[in-house]
Amino acid sequence: MDPIVSYLGIACVLFTIGGIGLCLRRNAIVLFMCVEMMLNAVNLAFVAFSKIHGNLDGQIAVFFVMVIAAAESAIGLAIILAVFRTHSSIETTDAAELKW
Amino acid sequence: MEDIRLALIVIAPLIGAVASYVFGRVAPKLSGGIASAAVAVSLFNVVSLWQGLGAQESFSFILSSWLSFADVQLPLEIYFDKLSAVMCLVVTGVGLLIHLYSIGYMAEDESRPRFFAYLNLFIASMLILVLGKSLPVIFIGWEGVGLCSYLLIGFWYTNPDFASAGRKAFVMNRIGDLGFIVAMAILYHACGTLDVIALSNPKILARIPSDLGYIAGIALFLAATGKSAQLPLFTWLPDAMAGPTPVSALIHAATMVTAGIYLMARMFGVVGLDPLVPAIILWTALATSAVAALIAISQNDIKKVLAYSTVSQLGFMFLAVGVGAYSVALFHVVTHAFFKACLFMSAGSVIHGCHHEQDMRRMGGLARSMPLTCLSYGAATLAIAGIAPFAGYFSKHAILESLAHTPNIYLHSFSGVIGLAATAIAICTAFYMTRSFILTFMGSYRGEGHPHEAPMIMTAPVLLLAALSVAGGLVLNPVFFHYLEGPLPPVQEHASGGVIGFIFGSAPGLFGILAAYTLFVLVPTLKDQVRKVLWIGEKISAGKFFVDEILEVTVIAPVRALSVVVTQVLDRSVSLGSGEAIGGISRAVGELTCRATTGQVSTYVLWIFASAALLLYVFLPVR
Repeated sequence: MDPIVSYLGIACVLFTIGGIGLCLRRNAIVLFMCVEMMLNAVNLAFVAFSKIHGNLDGQIAVFFVMVIAAAESAIGLAIILAVFRTHSSIETTDAAELKW
Repeated sequence: MEDIRLALIVIAPLIGAVASYVFGRVAPKLSGGIASAAVAVSLFNVVSLWQGLGAQESFSFILSSWLSFADVQLPLEIYFDKLSAVMCLVVTGVGLLIHLYSIGYMAEDESRPRFFAYLNLFIASMLILVLGKSLPVIFIGWEGVGLCSYLLIGFWYTNPDFASAGRKAFVMNRIGDLGFIVAMAILYHACGTLDVIALSNPKILARIPSDLGYIAGIALFLAATGKSAQLPLFTWLPDAMAGPTPVSALIHAATMVTAGIYLMARMFGVVGLDPLVPAIILWTALATSAVAALIAISQNDIKKVLAYSTVSQLGFMFLAVGVGAYSVALFHVVTHAFFKACLFMSAGSVIHGCHHEQDMRRMGGLARSMPLTCLSYGAATLAIAGIAPFAGYFSKHAILESLAHTPNIYLHSFSGVIGLAATAIAICTAFYMTRSFILTFMGSYRGEGHPHEAPMIMTAPVLLLAALSVAGGLVLNPVFFHYLEGPLPPVQEHASGGVIGFIFGSAPGLFGILAAYTLFVLVPTLKDQVRKVLWIGEKISAGKFFVDEILEVTVIAPVRALSVVVTQVLDRSVSLGSGEAIGGISRAVGELTCRATTGQVSTYVLWIFASAALLLYVFLPVR
């Protein structure tokens, strides 16, 4: 087996762990970390594919993902802070007023 | 050249309608002149085409293509033959005189441009009606005159009574129009054509099965009863007197109401298919004529007397239709147009001169203050009474004679009764017309203010029509029936001759006049005794034979009840119910599906993953 394929395997594992965490956990910061983990799994896959195909397209995509992840974390943490101020909690189950 | 003239007959008044309104908005005085000029152009073209009819049987012209689908071609084609010529001459000739008269009558009205635009539109529609080559084209004119009639009856629409009179006329005419449409459907189904010339061809008419022929004839007559105010649809015509008097003269006496007669004459082949149809026409006409004549005796409004007299005279025309003497009916259409338009316009002058008073009880003695109007009203009264040698004598006499020679198997044994009844109606006619003359022009003035003679622009057309009422019959009688033998079946020659014939023929009219003169002038006390004896008759007559009330109970009340059922029961349960049901279903579905929105992030994430997996499964090429 090509050693590069094992990088894809790790990316898969990381993505799945992140996804499962997103489904099961309630703490907003943990959810946030799960999203970061999934993003990084995708980054890893991009780099691996870049290596396989022998060009830099994937690596350029990684830079975009990292920039957007940075912006996302800034906004996301701000939202979490705002939620904590109004609800004194960052459990997502406590902030469910906007459903029907 | 003929083509352009033929088209101009119809187009000139149409242009006039637009022009008299547009220019009339700028200078109201112009509108009457423009409208009259448009009708004059029409009249000129009719006369010149009529002159050309000797060399050629007929002219026709396609104005434009209209309906064409599959193998059906229906152009807007107009057709000018001797029958159309007679009608066109009456419509444009009498129409022009009434337009001129209207300039004087409406001189003080604010909305003259609208009035003259409607009047010209009416002339155009009426000409389309009498010139149409196929039934649908005639139907355009038929509806057009109905619309103009509605607009002009309700011309002073700020008065709610006048507006509702217009609506009544419109709705009652609609019932007749239903008959027209049914007849067209049947004829097209059976003959495959709606061309009026083809529909007078016996070979094509032979294609109609007898039961359908009967229904088509009855449907056509229903159309005619609506337009020409016969039982049971005549009550709109007296109410139509709400319109300005020139309108009553033009539409509700001389032209539009005779459209039913014209339709019968044009479609004589279809009407005569089943002998039962003419018989029904005749009995209806006799009843209408008698009822209207009896009502007219007790009316006090001068225009109402003339309106019921119009209904009665229309009945007379239908009597001739019923015995198959179509050209005799047409002859009465022409003479009636002369004397009834003259009567209405004289009445208009009287109303104008008496400051909008229509009640004859507050008139009287007007012979001194309005001598010209009195002269023309008198001449027209003698004409409608059927005194020789005035115009009405010849046409009435021809109708009475034709009643004796009917070939119809259903009428054969009744010809004596019918003749007697018609003679009695003629006596009645002379009686109530003389009564109205005496009440209006003789004795002493019973109203307030000072009545004055109408201006020249009004008296001149009236005097001209009076002259036609005097001499028209004498001139036309020898040539008229022979002239129409092409488009209409021939009628038997009448012995109209001699002084003795004149005296005998005028006897019913003279009797009616003498009776009225005796009762109202010579021995007024006798009148009160007669009224005492006939009090119940007077009640019925003054109550207009309760036709409106009977219709109210038998037709309007059930329809209204039905509409209540439909709105209250059907609409509530079906329409509202189905609406509620559809709304309820979507609400229930919404209630169920909104449970999917839990407000929990984890549920949404699960949905996202599930959808992504589904999409991948569906769209990923590798399985």
